[in-house]
Amino acid sequence: MIDDQIVTIVFWIFSAGAIIAGYRVFRTDSMVRAAFYLLASFAAVGGILILLGSEFLGMVLILMMAGEMLIMAIVMVMYMMNPAGLNPMVMVHQNRVAAIAGVVAFLALAGVALAGDFPDKPAPDPPAATRELGVELLGNSMLVFQTAGVTLLATMIGAVALAGHRGRYGAADEGSLEPPLQPDEETEG
Amino acid sequence: MSTEAVLIVAAALFGIGVYGALSQQSFVMLMMGLELIINAAFVALVVLWARAAGGNPEGQMLGVVFMTVMAVEMALGFALITGVYRVRRADITEKLRRLKG
Repeated sequence: MIDDQIVTIVFWIFSAGAIIAGYRVFRTDSMVRAAFYLLASFAAVGGILILLGSEFLGMVLILMMAGEMLIMAIVMVMYMMNPAGLNPMVMVHQNRVAAIAGVVAFLALAGVALAGDFPDKPAPDPPAATRELGVELLGNSMLVFQTAGVTLLATMIGAVALAGHRGRYGAADEGSLEPPLQPDEETEG
Repeated sequence: MSTEAVLIVAAALFGIGVYGALSQQSFVMLMMGLELIINAAFVALVVLWARAAGGNPEGQMLGVVFMTVMAVEMALGFALITGVYRVRRADITEKLRRLKG
């Protein structure tokens, strides 16, 4: 029983961390800090997954997101104005509508969670679950696994084609202008 | 740690993600909102796998597919940001009033 209590306490710590860090992502001035808050949120979610017995998925999520958020921080610094957050900055539109939509989405999903009646069939121990996943990956679900791999390969090719210097209709930056002096000036391709 | 509690945490993450995806002007921040939404779906998937589906391996397989979706979304999102920035010098959604390149 004491184990259950510890698991519950750790779960609530991770949950609070995931939600607070997720909220801070959209409340910080620095975009790089936003990327690291999102990484913290993902790491907390990875912890929740491990607590739930899905050790493999939790660890893979943390590893994948660590790399992804570093790339995201680099993209921020490359493209975005004011990446360091030296000045206070609010870059939002339709803030009220978005906040209402977020709250409504939360209330609706929480209502479903509370009203729903879920079957109670606990998972086996984590090592057994990980082993089963490994057998499944290279057994019955190998087609799904391979399809995911081919999808990622196609994504890599598509991303290079989209971001590459030479586009489908000539040089990608053909006709592009120097950055305008006025930040709000409309730039026409 | 009941199923309902984890689902409510997932709902909170989803709500924050919806707020971010709808309200942010910067492309990258918008993608962060989308990532939070997928993340919430991931938590809900894993808790239902662990507590309601008897931990069958196909459930975790679906989690692997979710991760693929996350990676695809991020990679193509960054590629589109790069392409749009090259042609339009745009880094926020308000600068893209026309889709015609």
